[in-house]
Amino acid sequence: MKWGMIKGAVAASAVALSLAAGPVQAKETVKIAFIGPLTGGASSIGLGGRNSAQLAVQLRNEDPDTEYDYELVTLDDACKPNVGVQVATKAAADREIVGAITQYCSAVAMAAVNVYHRFQLPVIVWGAVLPDITYGNDYPEVHRVNGTMINQNETAARFMTDKGYEKWVIIHDTTDYGKGHNKYFSKSLKANGGEVLGTFGVSADQQDFTAELTEAKSMDPDVIYFGGLTPVGVRIRRQMERLGIDAQFEGTSGIISDSYIDGLGDLAEGTVAFLEGAPLSKLPGGDYFKAQYEEAGFSEPAEAYGPFAFAATGLLMDTIEEVGPDRAKVTKALAEVDDADSIVGKIRFDEHGQNEVAQITKYVVQDGEWVVWEDSEYASGERSLTGAE
Amino acid sequence: MDAALLSQYVVNGLMQGMMYALVAVGFTLFFGVLNVIQFSHGDVLMVGSFVGYSAIMGVIAVGIDNPYIALAAALIAAVTLVGLLGAVIARLFVLPLRSSPPLNTLLITLMLGTVLRESVRLFFPHGSHPKRFPPLLPTDSIAIGGFDLRVDSVMLLIAGLLVIVAIHLVINRTRLGLAIRAVAQDEETAMTMGINFRFVVLVTFVIGSAVAAFAGIMNGLYYNEINFNSGLLLGVIGFAAAIVGGLGSIYGAILGGFLFAALQTVGAVAMPFDSAYKDVFAFTVVIALMAWRPTGLIAERVSERV
Repeated sequence: MKWGMIKGAVAASAVALSLAAGPVQAKETVKIAFIGPLTGGASSIGLGGRNSAQLAVQLRNEDPDTEYDYELVTLDDACKPNVGVQVATKAAADREIVGAITQYCSAVAMAAVNVYHRFQLPVIVWGAVLPDITYGNDYPEVHRVNGTMINQNETAARFMTDKGYEKWVIIHDTTDYGKGHNKYFSKSLKANGGEVLGTFGVSADQQDFTAELTEAKSMDPDVIYFGGLTPVGVRIRRQMERLGIDAQFEGTSGIISDSYIDGLGDLAEGTVAFLEGAPLSKLPGGDYFKAQYEEAGFSEPAEAYGPFAFAATGLLMDTIEEVGPDRAKVTKALAEVDDADSIVGKIRFDEHGQNEVAQITKYVVQDGEWVVWEDSEYASGERSLTGAE
Repeated sequence: MDAALLSQYVVNGLMQGMMYALVAVGFTLFFGVLNVIQFSHGDVLMVGSFVGYSAIMGVIAVGIDNPYIALAAALIAAVTLVGLLGAVIARLFVLPLRSSPPLNTLLITLMLGTVLRESVRLFFPHGSHPKRFPPLLPTDSIAIGGFDLRVDSVMLLIAGLLVIVAIHLVINRTRLGLAIRAVAQDEETAMTMGINFRFVVLVTFVIGSAVAAFAGIMNGLYYNEINFNSGLLLGVIGFAAAIVGGLGSIYGAILGGFLFAALQTVGAVAMPFDSAYKDVFAFTVVIALMAWRPTGLIAERVSERV
């Protein structure tokens, strides 16, 4: 009797358990990794990216119709190449990890992609912008959802030539960043019919640009383009005024900061610049992402690249759902991604794994603020850029 | 090259040359009286521009919007406080090290420069950002042909020239200048003649640093922007200008300053390489000049010191 009762109870609980856990038991758990800077100077972006990737995994696991359960392994590259290679190796050597969402810092990504290739771990870069991460190699494992300075400059060249500008003088700093901008902007400008009258490489801590600008003035350009960071951007814009150069000033993502406006005051008005990514409100799925992120109650904000980490994680899981948790199959399937929907818009990888339809946002300074071009009085015609038609 | 373009280059070069000359004068004064290199001199200039900036912000904060009052406040504050800073540097870091090798003074002032620079970056509100220096002088320009001559550039050039004339008069026409020259020539004999050596050294540091503060304000007014690390390169250039002109000679320093600016302009404009290399070009020419004239273009009359 006693024995029978126990047996009955065990049987009942087993049934109950199997009923409750039934669908879960049928699901296999798949590990994917997130790698980004969780400590150090770039950690706010890294933590926002991690939270966003976590959010994508949570939402997926809540969905009863998925094939697999997902577990996110998060690793900290500290934005340092040596640490990045260590954690990349750790993730890649773990055969249970099927794919990874990796890197915000370009220098780390440049070092880590070799590791991913060696271990054949498919990865999707969620934040690093240096073109060479995808274009500097032919690793089939490496993909990227966010744009690069190539996309940025394509948009910049198209936008400015559409505004009727024809002649440019290019000033760039001689770091990799500045030289990259010069290279890709010149190329895109030629493709769009613009003309480069002169190119000046300047050092990144130079104070005086009057010699370069005097020569530039004698060339009579419509636009002065600057590829570099805020401090030099401030000086060039200021000294343009001193020399009486009446040309439109165009910058890159490197000058989109509050200190550009603080440094120039009224003189910043009308400066245009371009940035990879977009504010949440401009992203196709921005409102959805924002609502979900807020509901999840993370203690850090998603930051600029959170939506990209979310989209990359979603894309990786979609691919695993489709072909199963197998690195080689995932790599192959990612290569064929074409017009996949995501909260950052369509994703289509080219032969290097770079997203071709990367989001680039145009900005203009209006009344002491960087305003998205489409929302500005410049776009509505109430104000106009220098020399625009 | 047309005349308008050439004139523009000349004005740009003169402006830069004036600033370099004013920095170089400080190096040469300090070397003259004490045989030391005060390597934080460029950062002293930067402190001058920040003191001036603070004074202007203060004047604006109390509601006075007359630019000339702001300018006067900036000049008085910068020249006084930075002159004092120069005296403190001399008293605490230079004079006590007189009997130790000159290399020690060079090192201690080099480190002091880093301290000054990092202090401004860390403790000045938003010190790491470039600061907008308000344009206090008239910003009108006179169009001469295709060349826009800014009124403020002319005023700054004249002011710089007046400072140079004033230094010349102080050194050559006053009892103080006589004492400075006496110490520069032979400090022991000067002391036996009743010259207060300590006082002369301190005053020389006050003059040199006050001139740097003036150059700092000039820098702010010309570029309308100041930042915490602008002093480093200015210091190195000022030093190079003083050396190439002949360390110890005031006129050599002035000549060296304008020469360096001319070389930079030529390097940026007339050379077939990126203008980023204009400093490389200018310093290379300076090295060649030093090899040719080791004692500088205008050599000290007495280079032997016992």
